[in-house]
Amino acid sequence: MNFYNEMYDADGGVREHYKHYETWLKGTPPERIERKRAEADLAFHRVGITFAVYGEEAGKERLIPFDIIPRIIPSKEWKAMERGMRQRVKALNMFLWDIYHDQEILKAGKVPAEQVLDNAQYRAVMKGVDVPAGIYAHIAGVDLVRAGAGEFYVLEDNLRVPSGVSYMLEDRKMMMRLFPELFARHKVAPVQHYPDMLLEKLRAVAPQGIADPTVVVLTPGAYNSAYFEHSFLAQQMGVELVEGRDLFVKDDTVYMRTTQGPQRVDVIYRRIDDDFLDPLAFRADSALGVPGILKAYQAGNVTLSNAIGTGVADDKSIYPYVPDMIRFYLGEEPILNNVPTYMCRKKDDLAYVLDHLGELVVKEVHGAGGYGMLVGPASTKEQIEKFRQLLLAKPDGYIAQPTLALSNCPTFVEEGIAPRHLDLRPFVLSSGKCVNMVPGGLTRVALTKGSLVVNSSQGGGTKDTWVLED
Amino acid sequence: MLSRTADHLFWMSRYIERAENLARLLDVTWQMSLVPQSEEAANQSWAAIIALNSLEEAYAAKYDTVNGENVLRFMVSDHDNFSSIYSCLRMARENAHAVRGTLTTEMWETMNSTWLEAREKSFEQIVNAGVGDFFEWVKLRSSLSRGTTLGTLLQDEAFHFIRLGTLLERADNTARILDVKYHVLRPHGEEEEATDFYQWGALLRSVSAFEVYRKVYRDVITPERVAELLILNSDMPRSLRFCLNGVVKNLELLSNNHSGETLRQAGQLYSQLRYGRIEDILKDGLHEWLTDFMDRIYLIGNGISKDFLVPMDEAA
Repeated sequence: MNFYNEMYDADGGVREHYKHYETWLKGTPPERIERKRAEADLAFHRVGITFAVYGEEAGKERLIPFDIIPRIIPSKEWKAMERGMRQRVKALNMFLWDIYHDQEILKAGKVPAEQVLDNAQYRAVMKGVDVPAGIYAHIAGVDLVRAGAGEFYVLEDNLRVPSGVSYMLEDRKMMMRLFPELFARHKVAPVQHYPDMLLEKLRAVAPQGIADPTVVVLTPGAYNSAYFEHSFLAQQMGVELVEGRDLFVKDDTVYMRTTQGPQRVDVIYRRIDDDFLDPLAFRADSALGVPGILKAYQAGNVTLSNAIGTGVADDKSIYPYVPDMIRFYLGEEPILNNVPTYMCRKKDDLAYVLDHLGELVVKEVHGAGGYGMLVGPASTKEQIEKFRQLLLAKPDGYIAQPTLALSNCPTFVEEGIAPRHLDLRPFVLSSGKCVNMVPGGLTRVALTKGSLVVNSSQGGGTKDTWVLED
Repeated sequence: MLSRTADHLFWMSRYIERAENLARLLDVTWQMSLVPQSEEAANQSWAAIIALNSLEEAYAAKYDTVNGENVLRFMVSDHDNFSSIYSCLRMARENAHAVRGTLTTEMWETMNSTWLEAREKSFEQIVNAGVGDFFEWVKLRSSLSRGTTLGTLLQDEAFHFIRLGTLLERADNTARILDVKYHVLRPHGEEEEATDFYQWGALLRSVSAFEVYRKVYRDVITPERVAELLILNSDMPRSLRFCLNGVVKNLELLSNNHSGETLRQAGQLYSQLRYGRIEDILKDGLHEWLTDFMDRIYLIGNGISKDFLVPMDEAA
């Protein structure tokens, strides 16, 4: 398979936007690079930018490998991506409002009603709830990949609690600290104002009539895999980082316990899944949530960000309908490509998938984090047979897509510099009519040779992402 | 400030202070053990450390005999012993981790790297490099934590809770060191021996008070004056009076609607130190007085938890 290389064109020439960097890389003594790489490693450890891996010893923390070769995106390409994401997230928010209100899109037959209403992620408790400004996904992570001859595809939308933005910010900080000379030579668009932008959005969606809203970040706690990020964002925004036990509900109003007594909370940037949010409404065994918070939310006394019930829109079984949503709500043609998707609950699609398992990527509809998926070309006969049984037992639990020839980028690995596959997750912020994002996002890179799975839980690393200004 | 945040800050500073004081106590005991003496006397000092921390049972479960090496191993590196220096540094870091957003970058990095380094040190490595060096390292790391706190943290509520934890823990620890050493040192009665000088000297050094003693008294070392210095001196940073003065000040700055009783108790205890005389304290027996003092420190700690932090029964 031929892969698009981010730095070199098909003839081996350096792409225009990588020219300066490539010259610098060639001209810099390898010892200096090695020293800088060691310095980065040490600094990440000391700062404690780590994440916990599920299934490993509790409380154990790992470093996400950081690669010093940036992923560079020219201004023109970014602008098109930005337009595409703005359009897509707008439509997804309209879709969420619609399915929890009049359900026009279902009536029009554009999306099968049972696909939405019978979906485990559809929260009936949200029917008729008017969320501020009609926004459900205030923070969306859109996973983009480049494939084929260089065109971008949306791999998935993350509308629940997308994570990784802290790595985007820390990677930039690290690159500026290690190689300030590179920033003098490139016009790299800044990203460090993300926390301010986020705080502004969160304050903008506070319940009506609150002049100076109190915003908090709700974390499951210090042992959560993304705890570093929760604490980082709270600190950067200058708001309290709370756990469920720090909050309580009285008269449908949420308060936090402080050293000076209860204090009212207006906006909660929650990094806890719907299921664990309120033991009275969802999972009764959840010790992470706040009893009664759903009622306070329904009464409009507190804003949850993201809203409850967004999972139905980023579900892999709904994904194939996003282009139609854009046409339906905005009357526009989608700017970003969707990956062609086989829905295994359809008989014909299932038959095709079963015949072509060796070529396809099969994903669990509700899976995330690179768990529970099959990459056909990279799998053994046994793995493929195992998935065949899974598919036959529960076809509606899976979708399949052609294996994309993900683009790659030169990356430091044990044997030196070698191409590795990558993706990109920009973070799209919405409040009311405004949809904004900082230029760039989190670039994740698969460090194992040939691997197409970039998730950090599967041994992926990160790169700084540079959007060049004109 | 969130009650839970205050709780973590309070305990973070208590654990780091506890690690430092434990290092001081082990250091002085180890130094004293180098002075010629009977094996029985030496082992008695080591046993006192176990008793001081109420760890007799846990210790007996692991070791048959009390001697320097076993006690050091148990109190320095034992992962199962929640009172070991290793465990204290771990708990300090865990508490810091839970509120890292409230700490300054310098404070967090200090706490985190202290723990990362401590984790790499096996007991054998510590002994080979010299236990004295290790105790110096612990004291230095604790000083660094205090230094970054003083030098970088906004002096708001967070700062006051950290100070409160440090001073309350230190008051308790100084009282314990004095109690156990005074006890061991006294039986000689009237017969002053040369070893006593070294023993008292080591005790003073363990609370960084040897030079202070010289400056304040300009005279030979006597047990009464040592007690007076560590209990009643107003300017010695590890004396009980100094610590309680700080506890009262910080409590006043933090006061809320229901903290009045705790403040009263702390104020009352401080007054006794402020206006007390060493003769009166020694007359009724130092051990009895210190026991009562430690009980009251415990009650003040409970009061702080109840008034501001996560109540003990909920924290479990």
